[in-house]
Amino acid sequence: MNEYTLPIVFGIATGTIARLFMLRTDYRQYPTYLHGKIIHVALGFIAAGLGTVAGPAIMEEEFTAITFLTLAASQFREVRNMERNTLTELDGYELVSRGKTYIEGIAIAFESRNYLVIFTSLVSTLSYLIFNIWAGIIAAIVAMLISKKLMSGGKLKDIVEIEYIEPRFEGAGLYVDNIYIMNIGLPERQKEVLRYGMGFILKPKNMNARSTIANLGQRQAVLHDLSTALGVYRDSGTPALVPLAKRDLDDGRVGVFVLPQEREIERAINVIGDVPTLENAIRMPSEKKSNEGGMGK
Amino acid sequence: MMLEKFILAAITTNPKKVPSGTAVFHCDSKEEMETVAANLEAILDGIAHALTEELFIIVKH
Repeated sequence: MNEYTLPIVFGIATGTIARLFMLRTDYRQYPTYLHGKIIHVALGFIAAGLGTVAGPAIMEEEFTAITFLTLAASQFREVRNMERNTLTELDGYELVSRGKTYIEGIAIAFESRNYLVIFTSLVSTLSYLIFNIWAGIIAAIVAMLISKKLMSGGKLKDIVEIEYIEPRFEGAGLYVDNIYIMNIGLPERQKEVLRYGMGFILKPKNMNARSTIANLGQRQAVLHDLSTALGVYRDSGTPALVPLAKRDLDDGRVGVFVLPQEREIERAINVIGDVPTLENAIRMPSEKKSNEGGMGK
Repeated sequence: MMLEKFILAAITTNPKKVPSGTAVFHCDSKEEMETVAANLEAILDGIAHALTEELFIIVKH
């Protein structure tokens, strides 16, 4: 036992707690029980250790020791690769795939959460060392609140209005509102589609939202989340029963067509609203200066 | 090589309207055409699209 033992134990504990706090298994079923969780808690523990020892290193004026934080960067980039590879491999066997954009979003989240753990451990250990344990606890709580704020992205309901529309056929063409989805030739299939199919219109609230929901990855994320939450009326070898999202070129609305196992309109609208806006899909044309007349002058 | 969007077969009741360069199934009635198209759809893992009342194509997506 030396003067740093307790602060280090404290820092590692807060970091690991922060990781547990950010590790949520929800309806998307990811990460799965139990091994997937153990991997991430273990990595969170390592991250907490790395963040914690930086404090005592500064106190001991061992400034070169801080460079091991670079080790953390490469270590957690690996986490991102690992998540990306696993999910990409699994995606081929999903009835409705997640899509690359969604996978990349999840992988980025896993990497960045480890950095938030390092941050939490670092500030709580430093506060403990400089002031006392109470300051350490307060710093840990503040850091966790900041982490929570940083890790929660936007939801689709913030940028679009969602409306249920019964899908219909015009000849062989399947439509949701006025948006053409696909051509289904067989009358038998058409009946199936009408019986199980549900249509939704996502109406963008502004120009930025219009570009964001136009992204194919974002649309695939909507289809995947809906199919996960409500089930999917589909099997391999039935490409006619694939959920699709198509865009109205005139006004940027997106027509979503899905075949869920449970036809609950309210729940479906809630699920679509809770789909994360993928950070790789977000576009902000309004941020471009020339659009405001600034650069063009 | 993976093919995206490819006409695997055509089913028709009007021999004059058939495309060349693909497998064509001639049928006598609309009902027969629909049965053949449904079977081919299942066998080929494609989608049966109706181009006209007389012509179905099975497309691999």
